[in-house]
Amino acid sequence: MVDPQKTVAQQAQAQAQAQAQAQAQPGAVPPHGPTLVAGGASSSLRHESAHLHVAGEARYVDDVPLPPNAVHVALGLSSRAHARILSMDLGAVQAYPGVVCVLTAHDIAHHNQISSVGAGDEPLLAEDHVFFCGQPLFAVVAQTRHAARHAAVLAKVEYADLPAVLNIEQARAQGSALVCRSLEMTRGNAVQALASAPRRLAGQLAIGGQEHFYLEGQAALAWPGEDGEMRVCSSTQHPTETQHMVAHVLGCPNNLVTVEVRRMGGGFGGKETQANIVACLAALAAARTGRPAKLRLDRDDDMMITGKRHDFVIDYDVGFDEQGHVLGVDMELAARCGWSADLSGPVTDRALFHADNAYYYPDVRLRSMPLRTNTQSNTAFRGFGGPQGAAAAERVMDEIAFVTGLDPLDVRLRNVYGITERNITPYHMTVEDSIAGEVMTQLAQECDYRKRRAQIREFNKTSPHMRRGIALTPVKFGISFTATHFNQAGALVHVYTDGSVQVNHGGTEMGQGLHTKMVQIAMREFGLPQDRVRITATTTGKVPNTSATAASSGADLNGMAVLAAVRTIKDRLITFAATKWQVLPEQVRFTAEGVGVGDTLVPFATLVNAAYMARISLSSTGFYKTPKISWDAATGRGRPFYYFAYGAACAEVVVDLLTGENRMERVDILHDAGLSLNPDIDIGQIEGGFVQGAGWLTMEELFWDPSGRLRTHAPSTYKIPACSDRPRIFNVKLMENLPNREETIFRSKAVGEPPFVHGLAVLHAISDALASVDDYRTYPGLNAPATPEQILRVAERLRSKGGVGHAQVHT
Amino acid sequence: MRQHISFYVGDTLHTLSNLPPEMTLLDWLRDQQNRAGTKEGCNEGDCGACTVLVGRLEQGALVWRAVNACIHMVWMLDGAQLLTVEDVRGADGQLHPVQQAMVDEHGSQCGFCTPGFVMSMVALSTRADLAELEGTLDGERIINEALAGNLCRCTGYAPIVRAMKKAAAYCAEHGEPISARTPELTARLRGLQDGKTVELRSPEGRVTLPASVDALASAYAQDPAAVLVAGGTDVGLWVTKRLRQLPHIIAVRTAQDLHKVHTRPDGALWIGAGVTYTEAMPHLVAHLPAAADTLRRIGSTQVRNAATVCGNIGNASPIGDGPPIFMAAGAQLHLRCGPEHRVVPLEAFFLEYGKQDIRPGEFIEGVLIPPLAQGSVCGVYKVSKRFDQDISAVLGAFVLLLAEDGTIEQARLAYGGMAGIPCRAKKAEAALVGQARTQATLLAAQAAIKEDFTPLSDMRASAWYRATVAANLLARLFDTGATGNPSNSQTLENWQEVAHG
Repeated sequence: MVDPQKTVAQQAQAQAQAQAQAQAQPGAVPPHGPTLVAGGASSSLRHESAHLHVAGEARYVDDVPLPPNAVHVALGLSSRAHARILSMDLGAVQAYPGVVCVLTAHDIAHHNQISSVGAGDEPLLAEDHVFFCGQPLFAVVAQTRHAARHAAVLAKVEYADLPAVLNIEQARAQGSALVCRSLEMTRGNAVQALASAPRRLAGQLAIGGQEHFYLEGQAALAWPGEDGEMRVCSSTQHPTETQHMVAHVLGCPNNLVTVEVRRMGGGFGGKETQANIVACLAALAAARTGRPAKLRLDRDDDMMITGKRHDFVIDYDVGFDEQGHVLGVDMELAARCGWSADLSGPVTDRALFHADNAYYYPDVRLRSMPLRTNTQSNTAFRGFGGPQGAAAAERVMDEIAFVTGLDPLDVRLRNVYGITERNITPYHMTVEDSIAGEVMTQLAQECDYRKRRAQIREFNKTSPHMRRGIALTPVKFGISFTATHFNQAGALVHVYTDGSVQVNHGGTEMGQGLHTKMVQIAMREFGLPQDRVRITATTTGKVPNTSATAASSGADLNGMAVLAAVRTIKDRLITFAATKWQVLPEQVRFTAEGVGVGDTLVPFATLVNAAYMARISLSSTGFYKTPKISWDAATGRGRPFYYFAYGAACAEVVVDLLTGENRMERVDILHDAGLSLNPDIDIGQIEGGFVQGAGWLTMEELFWDPSGRLRTHAPSTYKIPACSDRPRIFNVKLMENLPNREETIFRSKAVGEPPFVHGLAVLHAISDALASVDDYRTYPGLNAPATPEQILRVAERLRSKGGVGHAQVHT
Repeated sequence: MRQHISFYVGDTLHTLSNLPPEMTLLDWLRDQQNRAGTKEGCNEGDCGACTVLVGRLEQGALVWRAVNACIHMVWMLDGAQLLTVEDVRGADGQLHPVQQAMVDEHGSQCGFCTPGFVMSMVALSTRADLAELEGTLDGERIINEALAGNLCRCTGYAPIVRAMKKAAAYCAEHGEPISARTPELTARLRGLQDGKTVELRSPEGRVTLPASVDALASAYAQDPAAVLVAGGTDVGLWVTKRLRQLPHIIAVRTAQDLHKVHTRPDGALWIGAGVTYTEAMPHLVAHLPAAADTLRRIGSTQVRNAATVCGNIGNASPIGDGPPIFMAAGAQLHLRCGPEHRVVPLEAFFLEYGKQDIRPGEFIEGVLIPPLAQGSVCGVYKVSKRFDQDISAVLGAFVLLLAEDGTIEQARLAYGGMAGIPCRAKKAEAALVGQARTQATLLAAQAAIKEDFTPLSDMRASAWYRATVAANLLARLFDTGATGNPSNSQTLENWQEVAHG
């Protein structure tokens, strides 16, 4: 039984030990027990495509050789943020040498509509109105990409401008039209708790958006087949949805469309729905011309057209006591959603789900405000609103610490979720696995947080322009799609008669190592080396009705589906072997040396071939659905998450007060990946996720001019972190011996999105450095992104003191 | 006169005569050579996914330079040896040590940027001073510099840096396989050098590759409408982004006599129009040590390997980093039109945004940078949103000449990013001259800066930020002077405080 005196980590460890002991009983070796094959699941293995990546042999959509009759597509884009189209003269476009045809909304005979949530507000090509600057108006189909691009700029479009709403401030001023319903979560009585709290503060946090900047831009190649068939190679995270959208636009049943993805050159959420635009237009061009058609967006077009991470303005009002305990929280989270709903509903929901980050709010009210604007339709991006919500929680903790004079780490530790009490979230889910406090405490010890903080304060007393800061922040990230039905997955595993194995599943590979982990699961179960297990391109023709590879769920869902398929085949082989060699099923074991049948060792290929001769099926599907979860948005109650992933980061920065420039001196991260499926790959996810998160909060800035034109639409103007921006000292560790309490794939935890949130430590370290300007008397109220300009503004405000801050303190 | 170009790709000799002038190397490789390993990430020279290696004989020795294929034009390869990611494996198919280290250290995730990284890393691994790369802070700086032009969105760079160190250690011990082919490749390239002017003609237009400055002068005088292209890091974007067609290109870097970079007996540094930033770097650093940290942040390694110092002046960008530095140093620009030569002070060359003191058919032959006078205090500060490979929000380049008593005798304060052209802050200079370096003097100069400039607001920075930083950089200069250390010891570039713990 669970001992309440023990920590969750200790309990989980005890469980794992008990399991290991059970497995060690002689004669009771379970047929599916872990084997020792090198590189199998729960050990490190190199990325299955690494040898291809480094040699330039890994194929992406644009690298697929084209037949000579292929055509290329380029797009004509709106130059206005909001306007009625008066006329569109495409004569010069059509006449450009090499142009085959030009497609407009009128050429879409069936559905000119690609809203992924069925909102009906997202025409593939603009009809009589444009809703943002960059909206696709028409598609040029030409013999060469060069001709298509040159022709596309020759259109003459007349507009009648309409009032444009560009940002959160304008949207609120103009009545706050929403792209979807607002969500409210309440527990207890926040208003009363705030009114009766000994201390209270209110403020506002503005937090910027983020361009995905996947290195491979959006691309799709469509091959028309016989009888209306369409095969699409797409750089998509969601092949099933892309399949459905293509069929929808072409007006054909789903069974005529096959979508295939070998790999993406990065996705980060940006190819979940946004890939559909490109795939549908390529398919439309292929259907119209009867020729293979490719659309690969130029980087600038890609950034002008596709949605980004939502920027938020978060208003918070919080009551607390002198010891820093939060008593009541009231927050409104307003997001710029862009011109259409896209995924803004679930994104803003997830912001609310994470507006507590790792902290218990006794009485709480949270509201989302998904605002419609005349900008790109913001979409999924690693964390999916969660990081923005967590940013609000961390701002609140930091500011409480500031006004009470406590170390922010102490305030954080005092407010983390308990295990048996103080463990109910604002959405009424009981947190059963909270380890945020332990992770923070362990990290603080290992990186010497408290001593360094004191030294930094000392240093800042005598340094005129260079100021240092340090912060330690946790993450608790909910794992599962909040749309419950997405929490299912399928796999298809074939064993061939030579004993080689092919693994297919519904997840897509975008660099995160999902395919590697799936191979490792089959390796571990069958006891096979890597070269006997082959992963194939993801295709809707093999595994149908899949979910997006998103929400960090790829390995959790597909891993269990692969395991189910593999075990079905294993069970058949076990039954067969037990009968053939007259042993008990428990005496058949799959090991790295071969299949142990009683006292004999049978090579896997021999067993497989014998099973084939005996007419045993060597192929199986596998299916998985996440247990325990439920969510009702109408009541704001449920258990939307199967479990939480945890971690903590400590960042130390130096800030130059003359220019606002800054640098990460040292970052330490301790992260919970459960019993990691592949520790090396998971550490890679943490390192990369952290740097991406730090980039979001520091240098990455989206800038729209007053006419609504995005001016940061290429890497020359939009700056993601470069090599020298990584922390000078960068220590990343996994929590050890901490199996997932829930029955996930080999007790691992999802690792895609949670580490992104660690970037918040950098924002708070910069804030800590800035607080020194006014000798820690004025709260910096630093917004994100903390660009050099933003930092210098805060520094100048603190220097002059008494300036109007973003946060007003009421006591 | 030759009417074709010749170059090697891997071990294959290509001889081309019919080539659209603006055909980029990336399009040629991917669309015509089925070399899909070289990726297009941005098509503007910023992400590095298309990085390839160009080998050339420099002073007779084979030197490898990483360049961005997306903004490199095919004709630029005349006489060169090109290596793409498909060419760096050993003859036996074995991965290059860099490739192997990238595999072993999990240096690739999505893999799309990886070929570009591999090529930048191979370029670094061919360096003779590889052994120094390991461990030291300087080593990390060299790696950062070599990889500043390669963006990765997945890994956070840490495993790539680990791979680079591992590969460097391996190559230092066992040798670098491409360097081992130097004698053979050198001989091969010698065979391609004939010193002839080349004229390429195609239905789309022509390219003139003059062998000498005289040939260049004559070709440009005959067709002043032609576009001069040196490194192409700017003109490349006219092609890839503005979709411009260039019916007549005249190359600058093929004129061998424009490649001189040397210090004259009077101490002045001459940089010919064909000299890249990479080639000029050691000379510039020796000449203007205070500019070293900024010079290495101009563009990226790939950009500096192609871009010329004089091209950076000639394109007259208000945010180019070279011009304010050279202006503060009192540089003079040497112009030529046909047979005529003319010399203008650099600051007089820039008239207003988009307008320079240059006539049709006239071109830059070189820039002459005088030595800093004894007693000068020099500060050069680049401020940008991102540390590496970013266009400056503000660049301040300052030279103060001090009398023995510390009084400021002369002041040259040049700024980029503050106006439509790079220019001097004359009012602030006036506020300094004749004054002691006191707080009052600083405040007066800072106030004058606000009078000197009315900067723009754009996506890089607001007018407020530019004006504030422009003034704050003077404070930095005063700090520097006060410590008597003429280096940028106060900037983040040189921030040496190592974190505790």
